[in-house]
Amino acid sequence: MATDWLYLRRRAVNALALALSTLATLVGLGFLAWILWETLRQGIAALDLKLFTRITAYGADGGLANAMVGSLVIDALGILIATPIGVLAGAWLAEYANRTRLGESIRFLNDILLSAPSIVLGLFVYTIVVLPSTALTHGNTTFSGLAGGVALALIALPVIVRTTDEMLRLVPSTLREAALSLGIPQWKLTLQILMRAARSGIITGVLLALARISGETAPLLFTAFGNNYMTFNPLDKMSSLPQVIYQYANDPGDAMHALAWAGAFVVTMFVLLLSLVSRLVLSRNKVSHD
Amino acid sequence: MSSPPAAVADSLAEQRSRRDARDDRLFGWLLKGCALLVLAALLGAAGATLWGGRHAFGTFGWHFLTSSAWDPGNDVYGALVPVYGTVVTSVIALLIAVPVSFGIALYLSEVAPAWLRTPVASAIELLAGIPSIIYGMWGLFIFAPFFAEHIKPFFTSYLGDKPDDGKLSWVAAHVPFVGKLFGTDYPFGAGVLTAGIVLAVMVIPFISSVMREVFQTVPTRLKESAYALGSSTWEVAWDIVLPYTRSAVIGGIFLGLGRALGETMAVTFVLGNALELSPSLLDPGASIASTIANQFSEAAGLQKSSLMALAFLLFVVTFIVLLVARLMLRRLAHKEGR
Repeated sequence: MATDWLYLRRRAVNALALALSTLATLVGLGFLAWILWETLRQGIAALDLKLFTRITAYGADGGLANAMVGSLVIDALGILIATPIGVLAGAWLAEYANRTRLGESIRFLNDILLSAPSIVLGLFVYTIVVLPSTALTHGNTTFSGLAGGVALALIALPVIVRTTDEMLRLVPSTLREAALSLGIPQWKLTLQILMRAARSGIITGVLLALARISGETAPLLFTAFGNNYMTFNPLDKMSSLPQVIYQYANDPGDAMHALAWAGAFVVTMFVLLLSLVSRLVLSRNKVSHD
Repeated sequence: MSSPPAAVADSLAEQRSRRDARDDRLFGWLLKGCALLVLAALLGAAGATLWGGRHAFGTFGWHFLTSSAWDPGNDVYGALVPVYGTVVTSVIALLIAVPVSFGIALYLSEVAPAWLRTPVASAIELLAGIPSIIYGMWGLFIFAPFFAEHIKPFFTSYLGDKPDDGKLSWVAAHVPFVGKLFGTDYPFGAGVLTAGIVLAVMVIPFISSVMREVFQTVPTRLKESAYALGSSTWEVAWDIVLPYTRSAVIGGIFLGLGRALGETMAVTFVLGNALELSPSLLDPGASIASTIANQFSEAAGLQKSSLMALAFLLFVVTFIVLLVARLMLRRLAHKEGR
């Protein structure tokens, strides 16, 4: 009798636990569906041609054209700054310092930078870019798209370092030995052979970094600041989609909320598209190596 | 045409190898410099915020940490309210996210049919890719009203000490603290608990993907031995898989905690931004990040310095949390001999 009861209890506990774990998965998927569905629904309802043609200076009657341009410029600056530094740093970790103590420490710290609070990085850039440029130009250049780009570069950097490092370490060492035995210097080996072998992986890292920074808001609030007019000048204050979404969502007007949803829709689509493309790049790479 | 004399060829080769060696050295320095920028970014962020916050630390001293005042009118600032808000929202987020993430990881590694695992895992990971501003929008316009209408009334009338109809529930009257935790006069959906829930949704993909990854590192032999002895799936998960991966699971939880502590946008939207200390989870609050995001652009003088000081505190705390997380994660990697 006692064993029967124990057996039944164990079976019940097992069934309950497995049911709860399925439920947890459904809860996670449910939240994903809920968030995406609302973003699509509200965003598509607010889509309008003037979104792309008018600037935010018109307020509720305006669009998001300057914010989109600003986002493109700031994101491009961030990627342009972070990619060369990140790729070279990743190459150092994988090729020069793979098992050294300094290399291991920097790899470790890079992982921490990867999840460091972006708002603090924004304040850091405020201190090292915005404040000095204000002082040097006597207040003519204060907040700027460039400062925003530097802030986003700091967020993109650890992503690129990590993927480059990992992708280079996946390259078979026979390739290195073959090249070195031909007398090729290490810099040529790194840049022209290993980078080429790991190219699609590195591109994936850059795309992932782009996806990560294109939704970043907090560090832009006190670096690029925002600008209601169209500008292409990175030394000017610049608005960006996330910053305008933040501003409009806090506005009491319904028309502003609709614009914010439209912006949220554009940002979400862009980010999802990027993660899709980066997956495709990576899977193509895998196929070619098999 | 005759080949060059051996001596000349030697010196050409020598020149060349010397040039290569020099280039290699320069290239190595360049790479090392780039890698050191990672270090510089971390040190710089800590240094810049400490430097920016020196007036606040100098003026208030240790009192800055224990004072709940945040009064731009009288130029008096204390970190207690935002620190409390940050800690409480993150703890709520973990209380919800850890069991759910464990459930998801268990489902994906033991329960789900093989063909379903990759798509479901990708979908959960998609949740991590959604920008935090989108979580903020959804939280503010969709979830907070939903919470105010459907979930909050339950808490206020059955658990809180300020129910709408004035009748105290048994729990509120007899169990200490619960009434205070869930009592509020605040009519809106934004608040500490709402922010905690939104944060939980944000960190679930991080924690569950770490858990799933480390669950897969458990040697099949171990699990099969347990099954052979008659264990159920749940017993294998709880008594074999979890103890084997304990340090990495804790690392994953700390990783999620690090994310939750530093998250800005989603929290700023749904926390209500009230710089007052309230014991109620349904009242609005403020976190370090939300206070900085709200006030920094318009702040000057001592207020700006206090915000920088808050950022320094946040950075130090998240750094320590993430350090612990990475160390715990590495322990499992070492165990595997990786």
